[in-house]
Amino acid sequence: MIAQRTSLRNKAALVATLALLAASGCHKKQAAPPPPAAMAPQTVAPPTASITADPMSIDLGQSVVLNWRTTNATSVSIDGIGQVPVNGTQTVSPSSSTNFHLVATNAGGTTEANVRVTVRVPEVPAAPPAPSNMSSDAEFHAHVQDIFFAYDSYDLSADAKASISTAAAYLNAHPDIKILIGGYCDDRGSAAYNITLGENRANAAKSALVAAGMDGSRIRVVSYGKEKQFCTEDTESCWQQNRRDQFSIDR
Amino acid sequence: MSIRVIHTEPISRRHHLLRPTAALLVLSLLSAATPLLAQDWVHLTAGNNNTEIRLAAANFQPAGSDAATLADKQTFDSVLFADLSNAGIFAMVSKSLAPQSTPGSPSQINLAQWAQAPASAAMVAFGNISIQNGNLFANGFLDDTRNSQYPQVFAKQYTGPASDQTARELAHQFADDIIFRLSGGSPGIAESKLFYSQRMSNGVKEIWMMDYDGANKEQLTHLGEDSISPAVSPDNSVVAFSSLTHNGFELRMYSLLLGRLVHFINIGSANVSPAWSPNGQQLAFSSSRSGASEIWVSDPQGSLSRRLTDYGGLDVSPTWNPKTGTQIAFISGRTGLPQLYIMDADGSGVTRMTDGGYATSPSWSPNGQFITFAWDRHYGPGAPGGQDIYVMEVSTKRWIQLTHDIGRCDFPTWSPDGRHIAFANSPDGHDNHTRIVSMLADGTQRQVLTDKGADMPDWSWK
Repeated sequence: MIAQRTSLRNKAALVATLALLAASGCHKKQAAPPPPAAMAPQTVAPPTASITADPMSIDLGQSVVLNWRTTNATSVSIDGIGQVPVNGTQTVSPSSSTNFHLVATNAGGTTEANVRVTVRVPEVPAAPPAPSNMSSDAEFHAHVQDIFFAYDSYDLSADAKASISTAAAYLNAHPDIKILIGGYCDDRGSAAYNITLGENRANAAKSALVAAGMDGSRIRVVSYGKEKQFCTEDTESCWQQNRRDQFSIDR
Repeated sequence: MSIRVIHTEPISRRHHLLRPTAALLVLSLLSAATPLLAQDWVHLTAGNNNTEIRLAAANFQPAGSDAATLADKQTFDSVLFADLSNAGIFAMVSKSLAPQSTPGSPSQINLAQWAQAPASAAMVAFGNISIQNGNLFANGFLDDTRNSQYPQVFAKQYTGPASDQTARELAHQFADDIIFRLSGGSPGIAESKLFYSQRMSNGVKEIWMMDYDGANKEQLTHLGEDSISPAVSPDNSVVAFSSLTHNGFELRMYSLLLGRLVHFINIGSANVSPAWSPNGQQLAFSSSRSGASEIWVSDPQGSLSRRLTDYGGLDVSPTWNPKTGTQIAFISGRTGLPQLYIMDADGSGVTRMTDGGYATSPSWSPNGQFITFAWDRHYGPGAPGGQDIYVMEVSTKRWIQLTHDIGRCDFPTWSPDGRHIAFANSPDGHDNHTRIVSMLADGTQRQVLTDKGADMPDWSWK
C-alpha cells in the first residue's frame, strides 16, 4: 500500500512536471506572433485548469474523488468547496447530481473547468397511505412496551415476561404489523461485547414472542450495543434506561 | 520509490549482542512483578540503560539554502529524531549536547568529537539532504564511534518527489533502517499505520487511518452509519470492520488499493470484531447467525464460514496468535462477566486466562508470547478501580498492569515490532471523549496521537 501511494505520488509529480513543461512550451509559442497593440503591456498567460471525477457516476451515499490540475493560477476555487490548492484531490459524497465548477485565476485572466457527477438516487416508492399512523403508533406502544434488563444480563425478568405476553396478545391480533426489536446496552464495558449483549437481549424478546405464537418472519432484530445511548449520565437509573429492548413498528 | 544502496558494511559483532527486545523487557518486568501480583500498583522503570545504545542524530546538512530545502530538512530532522526516540531502544543524545557541526558525509565527521562527553554517543546518524530536479534526496549514514577502522555501519540514499510528506517518509525509512540494524534485526515501525474509528461531527463513526505517530490522518469510509472495530489485513491491502446496517452490525471490507468497499458475505445480524489470521487467508469474528454470539471463521470474502465455539454465553473479540496462526484468544461471558480465553484455531483446547473482573479487547503480541487486553478487575456498580491495560504472559498467566489512574482504557493493539502498544483512553470515562494513545510495551513514554472522538485503534502488521 505504501509503495502504491508513493508511486501515485511519483506519477502526480511526473504529471505536474510534464504540465509545467507543456505550459512553458506553450508560452514560448504564444510569444512568437506579435501581440495585438490593444493588449495590455503586461502579458500574463491565463491559467490552465482541468478537473476530473472518478467515478463519474455513483449511487447515493457513495463517494467520488475529484482531481484537479492547474498551471499558473494564483487562486483556485471550486463551487461548494471553496478555496483549494492549485493542484489537488478531494473525496466528496454529493447527495444529488452536481456540477463541480472550478475557477482558476491569475493576473492574466480566469479559466474555468467543469465536471459533472451523476448521483443515482434510488426511487422512493410512493408511501402507501398509512392507515391512521398516529393512533396506531400510540396503540402499538400502549400494548407493546420496552422491556429492561439487569446489568450484563439478557434474561427476561418477570416484568419483562409480563410485558411480552401483553405484546404477544396484541401482535397476534394484528397480524399485519411487523416489528423491529432494538437491543440496547449501557455504556460500560466493551463495544463489541455490548453489541452481542444487545443482540441477545433482542433475541430473547423475539424468542419469547415466537414462543407465544408470533411468526418470527414478522420480527426484525437489530442490536445497537452501546452505540446509540438513550441516556448519558453515569447513574444507575440512567444505565437502567439504556439496558433495554425497544419495540417499534417496522414499516 | 527507488532506493539505491551505496555501500553497506556488516554491523560490528559487538552490537549483535545488544538485543533489547520488548519481549525481554516485559519478561523481566513480569519476573520482577511476580511477588507483587496482589497489588494494583507496580512501579518499575523500563530503564535498561545498560543495554540501550546511546545514539546521536545529527541535523542533516542541507545542500543549498533555499526555503524548500531548509523546510524539508527541518521536517526530516525532527521526524528522524522523534522516530528514533519513539523506538524505545535508544538513549538518544539530546541535540543540545551534540557538537555544533553538521557533518554531511563521512569525510566531514569527526567521530571522536561525538564520542566524547557530553554527547558520549556510541552511534551517530548523519547525512545530507538536497532537492534536485524536483526530487528530494537524503543520503543517510550510520557510524559506530568506537570502531575507528571501519566506523560505517551502513549508508543509504533515500529519494522521492520533493514535498514535506516525502521528507517525513524518507526520515521514517532512514529511522527504520537504523532500528533494523541496531535492534538485532527487528524492523522499525516508523512506516506502520494505525486504523481507527472516528466520531464525526454528525455523531456517526467512520473508519480513519493515520501514521504511527499521529500524522497524516485520513478518512477512509463515508458510510454515514456507525463503523467500528477496524482490522487491517497482514498485507495492508484491506480493512475489515463492522458497520451498522438495516439488519444490525455487519462486516464490511474496504480495499486500500481500490479506495472503496469490496464484497463480503454477511449472514444474520451482529457480525462484529473481525480479526485476520497471520497468513491473511482467514477472518475470525463474532456472529449471532446461529442464535447465540459465537466465534466464527471464514475466508476473506465471508465464504466457507464455520463455527469454532458452541458454549452458549457471549463469545466476542477474537485475536490470532500472529506468530503461529494456530491459536485464538477471545472474550467469553460463558461463566458470567466476560473473561479472557484462548483456544486452538479449530476450537479445541479452550483455556480460561483471567480469574475475574471484566476483561475485553485482547491483542496477541507479534512474538506470540503475550496478550494485552483491557481489564476492570473490580467490575460492578460502585466497585473501586477502573478499566486499564494489562499484559499477560500466555504460558504462565502472569500479568502486569500498564496504565494507572488515567481514566478508562480499552482496545490495546500491539505494534508490529512488539515494543509498543496503542490503546483508546477516555480521561473522564465518557465514550465521546476517547482518544488514541501509544506507549512502550512496559507502559512508559505515553503519547496522545489524536483528539477526542477517536477509538478502537488497530496497528498494521508491518
